[in-house]
Amino acid sequence: MSALSNWSWDYDGWIVLAGILCAVAASLPGNFLLLRRMSLLGDAISHAILPGLAVAFLVTGSRSSLPMFLGAVVVGLLTAVFTEWIRNFGEVDEGASMGVVFTTLFALGLVMIVQAADHVDLDPGCVLYGSLETTTFDMVDVAGTEIPRVVLVLAAVTVINLVVVVLFFKELKLSAFDPALATTCGISARLMHYLLMIIVAVTAVASFESVGNILVVAMFVVPPATAYLLTERLRSMIIVSALIAAVSATLGHVSALVVPSWFGYRSTSTSGMMALCAGILFFAVSLFAPQQGVLIRILRRQRLSLRILSEDLIALLYRMDERKSGVVASIGQLRATLLSGGFMSSLLMKQHSRKGHVIATENGYQLTNSGRRLGAELVRSHRLWEQYLVSEGGVAVDRIHGQAEQLEHFTGRELRDRLQQETSAPVLDPHGSPIPPE
Amino acid sequence: MRTLGALHSVLAFAASSLTDRSIRWPTWLEWQRVLFLQDYNTRVVMLGTMLLGLAAGMVGSFTLLRRRALMGDALSHATLPGVGLAFLIAPSLGLAEKSLPVLLTGAALSGIAGVVAILYVRNLTRLKEDAALGIVLSVFFGAGIAILSIAQQSVGHSAGLESFIYGKPASMIESDRLLIGCTGILSLLIMGSLFKELTLLCFDEGFAKSRGYPVLLLDLVLMGLVVIVTIIGLQAVGLVLMIALLVIPAAASRFWTQNLKQMILISAAIGGAGGFLGAAMSALFRNLPAGAMIVLVCSALFFVSMMFGTERGVVVRALRRRDLNRSVDHQHLLRGMFELQESRGPKAGIPFSELQTLRSWSSHRLLSEIERCRRRGLVFRDSGQHLSLTSSGMVEASRLVHEHRLWELYLITHADVAPGRVDQSADAIEHVLEPELIAQLEELLLQKRRVQGIAPSPHPVDATEHVS
Repeated sequence: MSALSNWSWDYDGWIVLAGILCAVAASLPGNFLLLRRMSLLGDAISHAILPGLAVAFLVTGSRSSLPMFLGAVVVGLLTAVFTEWIRNFGEVDEGASMGVVFTTLFALGLVMIVQAADHVDLDPGCVLYGSLETTTFDMVDVAGTEIPRVVLVLAAVTVINLVVVVLFFKELKLSAFDPALATTCGISARLMHYLLMIIVAVTAVASFESVGNILVVAMFVVPPATAYLLTERLRSMIIVSALIAAVSATLGHVSALVVPSWFGYRSTSTSGMMALCAGILFFAVSLFAPQQGVLIRILRRQRLSLRILSEDLIALLYRMDERKSGVVASIGQLRATLLSGGFMSSLLMKQHSRKGHVIATENGYQLTNSGRRLGAELVRSHRLWEQYLVSEGGVAVDRIHGQAEQLEHFTGRELRDRLQQETSAPVLDPHGSPIPPE
Repeated sequence: MRTLGALHSVLAFAASSLTDRSIRWPTWLEWQRVLFLQDYNTRVVMLGTMLLGLAAGMVGSFTLLRRRALMGDALSHATLPGVGLAFLIAPSLGLAEKSLPVLLTGAALSGIAGVVAILYVRNLTRLKEDAALGIVLSVFFGAGIAILSIAQQSVGHSAGLESFIYGKPASMIESDRLLIGCTGILSLLIMGSLFKELTLLCFDEGFAKSRGYPVLLLDLVLMGLVVIVTIIGLQAVGLVLMIALLVIPAAASRFWTQNLKQMILISAAIGGAGGFLGAAMSALFRNLPAGAMIVLVCSALFFVSMMFGTERGVVVRALRRRDLNRSVDHQHLLRGMFELQESRGPKAGIPFSELQTLRSWSSHRLLSEIERCRRRGLVFRDSGQHLSLTSSGMVEASRLVHEHRLWELYLITHADVAPGRVDQSADAIEHVLEPELIAQLEELLLQKRRVQGIAPSPHPVDATEHVS
């Protein structure tokens, strides 16, 4: 932890705070962008503001930030307007029109700056990845406390975004999920769209000035996407995304200090690491999220298929036992019928023997009474379903086995009783096999 | 002291320098030297960027049709961490750190990682395409920035790496051009041999899947092509503007044609022209960065295409709409006059005001249509401002009425529509009936009746019913 020994709250604390504010401010409107499938608009707008900054500066000639700020916000909005314009008049799809607009504006901005800057060795790096590290160089005195200007600006933007999201929550939500319904309800989906664009542009410009583009673009998309995998409700999605944004900002700065030191380098770009941390969090969540996680879903599917196999094994043993009471079946015999894997089959049979459903003998497995009961339940479900499909569903006899084979695994006592009732308590199934009593 | 990053000082300098100098117009000799490729350096750069534009334009057509225009955006950003890592690792492998093959290999590997990440997010989570692209774009770029920032401290001079972000066409050398040319030909070959499959993938993924095409593999091939083109473009225009070459020419060519092969050719031509002219402008005028100029030339071509494209251009479509409106007005006028004359005898002229109440058309629109018909000798206006059909107008109008009533009759007898409601439906379709269809309708409906001339209207014709 030697890299953190230089940690100072006066310096690193402010950087982390600026990062957190930027991340939270961006993730708030980001949720709605994600739901409207316009996540890339954040990226487009934050590239396109470049000519706005340049023109505003060249026209006013002042270093004061307000005209620059407004100029950039206006160009950011124009990106959205032009995109829609080209999409409507030129019938170009959304992604392409966005691509045309923002690359053009960005190129225009580059030309303006370079053209005007003559021989200045321009480092356009500031356009994209800002300098969060210089946060504390520009302090403002507020009520006797020295606060970095960047933190003030970002705090203001965060408050604005929060107010907009809270005030227009219902309207934004409705127009994100169903613009047509929103319009019929008297909410202008168009107006909401532009309101969203305004706060996206304001956030992009404010962040560009202080912490760089890359962080804000990442925070528009990644925390909302992570939250989207964790929850089903918009309200909790917004809260979770803000939390994730804050966590990744904090982790980002710490890892910007720590990780390079593992390889013998000094600290690296904080904004870049913040974006990377958000990405790592996203990846972890996409694997392990309780409902949506990729690994969790694979595990759940695996568990289900194991349960089905284990039930199939017992049911098969029951059917063999039916034909010849007290039959002993080897793993090989069971596998030959079920076409199942050897390892899993023997593992599951061992489990059955542990639970007392079967007795292991030298030649294979034999059902016990409790195993017979289990098998009888499954086979009863299977045959009742077959009877039901034939008598009530009118399915041909040669096509019922497959369906019953699937349904038997999801049929409990209650459903079996209903089936028996509906099929007027048959003794034999359509194939002529006896239906075991409950 | 107020510090707003380097930009402020740059802009401050810009403002002062803009006032005391103006753009110098190049001499004829300079024009000649650049446009006829007489300078070795200029020639390499201009031909190189032109080849790049050609290749990107071709690949871009497919991604555009696949509605993945911004995939190039994500993938070009995704190459950055690879560049940085290659730069850091190369010395330990005993290679020169800034050797282009090493950096490009790194870029390719991390571009492929980006492709995998996009497919992972899109196919295995419930997030949609746009989020997948946004996540890959920002996270990979963030990682790239972090790695570059380390690379900058490890070796004193890593300035060359910056050009991967903003491009530096002027640094292009003969071997770069060869590389671009070879890669362009390679991607052309891949696209040529998989033309049918890629076309199917772009237009109907579900159908391709059902026909047993390996859709995932084809998707990978397409993204691989994007990665290849992006990588060779990194040096020239930089990753931020590389996306423009992938999107703009393809989007522009869409306005000129509906045919995919032609679209690819036009797109390649626009991309090539953008590369050539952009580099030329940059060579002719000082302080115009080539990467940005290439994009701006492409955008200008896009704008021209969008306006004047012969297939889907704004002007063409507006003209087409105007023509359709006029022909509809034409048919409405003649049929309205015919029906009025039919109910009150052929000799009586029709006052203008009565025509106007026939439909909800503005008097200007009606007047100009009357004027057009009068010029064509279909309508005659007497001294009392009453209108009547001339004999040739009568022929034309009776044909239209005939078609209208045929369709009404068809709706009544074959579609069981109530006679009171057929007029509106027939109104909507009569303007687009093909002659073959009319012949079929005649055969179907009029054979038994042997009606000569125009069938009578199946419902009472009344001027007021048209008022809507």
